[in-house]
Amino acid sequence: MTGSSPINPNVQTIIASLKDKPGALLPILHGIQDELGYIPAETVPAIADALNLSRAEVHGVISFYHYFRDTPPGKTTIHLCRAESCQAMGAKDLENHVKNRLGIDYHETTKDGVFSLEPVYCLGLCACSPSMQIGNEVYGRVSAESFDSTIEALS
Amino acid sequence: MTTTVYVPCDSGALCLGADKVASKIVEEAKNRNIDINLIRNGSRGLFWLEPLVEVSTDKGRIAYGPVQPHDVVSLFDAGFLTAGTHPLALGLTDEIPYLKQQERLTFARVGITDPASLDDYLAHDGYRGLKNALILSGADIVKHVTDSGLRGRGGAAFPTGIKWNTVLNTVSEQKYIICNADEGDSGTYSDRMIMEGDPFVLIEGMTIAGIAVGATQGYIYLRCEYPHSHKALNTAISKAYEAGYLGDSILGSGKKFDLEVRLGAGAYICGEETSLMESLEGKRGLVRFKPPLPAISGLFGKPTVVNNVISLASVPIILDKGGEYYKNFGMGRSRGTLPIQLAGNLKQPGLIELAFGVTLRELLYDFGGGSASGRPIKAVQVGGPLGAYLPESQFDTLVDYEAFAAIWAVLGHGGIVAFDDTVDMAEMARYSMEFCKIESCGKCTPCRIGSTRGMEVIEDIIKGHDLNKNIPLLRDLCNTLLNGSLCALGGMTPYPVLSALNHFPADFGIADQADAA
Repeated sequence: MTGSSPINPNVQTIIASLKDKPGALLPILHGIQDELGYIPAETVPAIADALNLSRAEVHGVISFYHYFRDTPPGKTTIHLCRAESCQAMGAKDLENHVKNRLGIDYHETTKDGVFSLEPVYCLGLCACSPSMQIGNEVYGRVSAESFDSTIEALS
Repeated sequence: MTTTVYVPCDSGALCLGADKVASKIVEEAKNRNIDINLIRNGSRGLFWLEPLVEVSTDKGRIAYGPVQPHDVVSLFDAGFLTAGTHPLALGLTDEIPYLKQQERLTFARVGITDPASLDDYLAHDGYRGLKNALILSGADIVKHVTDSGLRGRGGAAFPTGIKWNTVLNTVSEQKYIICNADEGDSGTYSDRMIMEGDPFVLIEGMTIAGIAVGATQGYIYLRCEYPHSHKALNTAISKAYEAGYLGDSILGSGKKFDLEVRLGAGAYICGEETSLMESLEGKRGLVRFKPPLPAISGLFGKPTVVNNVISLASVPIILDKGGEYYKNFGMGRSRGTLPIQLAGNLKQPGLIELAFGVTLRELLYDFGGGSASGRPIKAVQVGGPLGAYLPESQFDTLVDYEAFAAIWAVLGHGGIVAFDDTVDMAEMARYSMEFCKIESCGKCTPCRIGSTRGMEVIEDIIKGHDLNKNIPLLRDLCNTLLNGSLCALGGMTPYPVLSALNHFPADFGIADQADAA
C-alpha cells in the first residue's frame, strides 16, 4: 500500500511486535484498540500488509466482532448487561433509565463525548444482577440511584 | 500476633465494593496500630453475603458479611479480629449450611487460597495430579480421565476421555490444547470463578492434557468481558513458568508445554469450538462444518483438544485421586460433580458444587431460598440462553444430563436463572430470537434469516395478530432452525422459544396447551 496517511508510531510498534504470533490478527486489533480506544480505518492497510492479508479480510474481522469499533468511543464506555439473569432482576427498567439519563441509545456516544453506551450479553455477575462494567470496573445490583451516583462521580 | 484477614478479589465481590472494604480494613488497622495480613482470596460463592470478609482464628476461619466500607469501624470495635460478635457475624465459614452441604471437588480451593500464590496452591494439594501424570504414559492418563466418566462441562457433555483418546491416537508433529473460556452463556459464572479464584488448577489441568495427548502448546481463549480473569490467569501463568511448571521441561521431565491467554472480542458464537478456532487463527468466527472433528483436524489443521474450563479444572483431582474416586460421585451416566450456578431472581444466588442427582427444587428453595422479590417463581431457564424454560411442574427434575434431555431441556453449563411471576414469557421468547439474530455468525441460512423472521413472528403474536396463522408458523420456523442449523446457536434457540410457548401459552395470548399446538 502506498499513499495512505501516516499512522501512529505506537500502532506500528504494536503491529511489529505481534505480527509473528500464530493467529496474530486479534492480538493486534486488541493492542490497537487498547492504545487508541478504536481501530482507525487508516490502520487497516498497515495491518493487512504486515499479515499478508487483504484489507477486506482485515475489515471483515473488525466488523465481525462486537467489541471492536472503528469510531472513537466517548471518554468512558458503559457496558450494560441485557442478558436473562439481569432481566429477571429489573435490567429493562434500568436500561430505560440509563438511556434517558444519558440521552443516547446503545452504540451511541453522548454529545459532550463523555459516555458511550454498549450492550453486553453477560458479565458473569449473574449472582449480582443487574450488572454493568465501566472501563475495567464492574458493578453489581445496580439501581437507577446507584447508576446515577456512579456516573456523577465519573463526569 | 498478625491476624490474617481475607477479602475476596472475585469480580462478584469486586462489583459489590470489595476493594473499598479491603482498603478501609487496611486503613483502620493502621490507625489502631494493629498488624494484619490481608489476603485477596477467591469467592466462596455465597454472593448474597459478598463482600464476605473472613478472619483466621484458632478454631478456623470466621466469616462476616455482607460487609460495606461503613461497617469496617464497627467490626474493629466489635473485635472481629478475635472473632468478636457483630450483627454481620456468620460464625465459622465452613459451618455455613450453604457451604457445608456441598461436595467441592473442582472448587476445593476456591475462596480458601490466595489465587496469586503458587505456594498456597501447593500447600492445598496443588500439582499432585501433574506429579502423578508425569510418571504415567499418555494412554494411562487418558484412561484415568475415561474411567472418571467426566463429560464436557461446557454444555455438550461429550465424554472427555474419548476426545483425548482421539487426539492421542492421531499422529502429528504438532497438537494443541485449547481451553474454551468464552463463558458467554448468561446465568453462568463458574469458569470465571475458577479463573479468578484458583487459576493454577486450570493451568495444571491443561498441562496434564498436553502431556497426555502429546500437545506442546495450549491456548486459553478468554472472553474480553472478563478483565479480572485475564489478570489472574496471566499472573498465575508467569508464576508457573518461573517455577518450572510450564515451559520446555516441566519439573525437569523433558516434557514441554507452553501456555498463552488469547482474548475474544465479544462474539457469543466464538464459544462454539470450531468458531473459536477460526477466531484463534485470526479470522471471523464462522462456524466450520464437522467432520473433520477438531480432535483430528482442529487449530491450524492440527489435532486439537478443546475443553471447557470446568472440564480441564476437574482433571487435576482425577489424576490426584484416580478416575474411580471421581466416578463414585453422581448418578447414571452423569458422573462426578457439577458446579451449579444460581442466578436471577433468588434470595441466595451462588455457586453450589454437588454430585449429580439433586433436584431443581432443592436448589431453588433449600439453597436459593426462593425468589428475591418474595413472589412465586414462575419459570427457570437452565443451561444458558439456548436452554429451555422450565415451569414449576418440572422443578422435581434431577440434575442429570439424561433427566433433562427426557423433558426436552438441557443442563448445559449448569447455570440456573430464576424468574418470578412478573415475567412475560412471550417477551423472553422474543428476546431469545433477538439474541440469536445479534449473535448469528451468518454462515447458515436457518440461523441467519430464521432468527430475524422469528423475532418478527413473535412480535406479531405479542400484538395478537393472526394467532391461528402465526403460532403454527413459529413452530414451523423453529423446526427448520432445529434441524437445519449448522451449530447449536440456531439449532437450540427453539429450546427457550418453544418451551416458553408450550409451558406458558397464556403469555402468548392463547388459552391453553391445546390451542398452542
